[in-house]
Amino acid sequence: MIAILDYGSGNIRSAQRAFQTSGREVLITSDYDVALNAEGLVVPGVGAFAACMNGLKAVRGDQLVRERIALKRPTLGICVGMQILFDRGVEHGIHEGVGIWSNTVEKLAAPILPHMGWNTVKAHSSSKLFSGVEDESFYFVHSYAVKKSAGEVSTYSHHGEDFLAAVEDGVISATQFHPEKSGDAGLHLIQNWVKTL
Amino acid sequence: MTLSVRIIPCLDVTDGRVVKGINFTNLVDAGDPVEMASLYGIEGADELTFLDISATVAGRETTLDVVRRTAEQVFIPLTVGGGIRTVEDVDRLLRAGADKISINTAAIARPELIAEIADRFGSQVLVISIDARRARTESGFEVTTHGGRQSTGLDALAWVEKACALGVGEILLNSMDADGTRAGYDIGMITAVRAVSKVPLIASGGAGSLEDFSAALDAGADALLAASVFHFGIHRIGDVKKHLSKNNYSVRTTQRA
Repeated sequence: MIAILDYGSGNIRSAQRAFQTSGREVLITSDYDVALNAEGLVVPGVGAFAACMNGLKAVRGDQLVRERIALKRPTLGICVGMQILFDRGVEHGIHEGVGIWSNTVEKLAAPILPHMGWNTVKAHSSSKLFSGVEDESFYFVHSYAVKKSAGEVSTYSHHGEDFLAAVEDGVISATQFHPEKSGDAGLHLIQNWVKTL
Repeated sequence: MTLSVRIIPCLDVTDGRVVKGINFTNLVDAGDPVEMASLYGIEGADELTFLDISATVAGRETTLDVVRRTAEQVFIPLTVGGGIRTVEDVDRLLRAGADKISINTAAIARPELIAEIADRFGSQVLVISIDARRARTESGFEVTTHGGRQSTGLDALAWVEKACALGVGEILLNSMDADGTRAGYDIGMITAVRAVSKVPLIASGGAGSLEDFSAALDAGADALLAASVFHFGIHRIGDVKKHLSKNNYSVRTTQRA
């Protein structure tokens, strides 16, 4: 079973449907134990960094993610759900994140923001997530991003400057784009993640 | 790695059906919105926009159901506009499965609505839809309502700047002069709005020939919305993308399209 963590953030209905295309049962939950024991946990996230982090803490999501890593259970962060896994974000003031990875989530230096739409990535050669969809486009909506590598496998994209499009680090992975909104390529990437469960 | 330009078909939805017409009075039934959304998705649409033109509360409830069913089947971004007045309206649509919502008249009547929506859900969900035409305002472009039939006296460029300051994430610029003519997007208007804004700009109104699409991008648009040229089968989305690619614009190609 895959759990999608419900902490008041965004359009998780379509995320549920997208992950269901993998053939797995997908539950939307804010229950700590259900989320802890799921084979895979998805941490979605839209809106501002601090608002997301507050929502996450309200369901003890920060502790949940750390405990799942300790138990070697896979977790996938999406969009702001990726950003809050870092040390800190600087959107509307400096805010502390879960701190799985060091580095700061900073504003992209680009003439037009948000970075909104379909972009390609430079997939890391040992990426499992991008296997078979290395050359496809994915749907991004964000103004902030991490600009240095993190974890074992870093995949980059570019808008004004290079930034982290995805991280794969043992049992924890994250994408800055929305795989659940990235058409067939996104569903393929979701399937790749589900295969690691 | 370059951000692709987006091609966005717009579907006018009323009482659970897509309607199409040359003007606002000659509407004909064009099919099931979920089915059409799915077909456009397969053809390579980069996003979809539903404009709810329902006149009744029951019609709007039906639109929620259409959004729900579309979001369950079509895994590309969906924007919904039409009749959105309050933060609660936005909440309902996002919960139903919309990724972005567009507001128009309600924001003109009460600009604080922009900040209220952006604060609660983030700027990225909020598209300001502006129906503008050439007129004797300061910039030469005026904001209208009711499909271009009513003047507001509001200068379009001043409104763009104010909406951006209040926190919109994207601008949908509809030319009321060009709308339905298929004589080309209003290039001067796109250029003028681009010059005063730093959020993504969607051009709308007037798409006819393939050259019209590239001309709007040359003027600074990031995305192109069109309705009748797609609904009446004048161009396929793939043809538009081929043309843009030939003109050195980055487009998303899919394995299926």
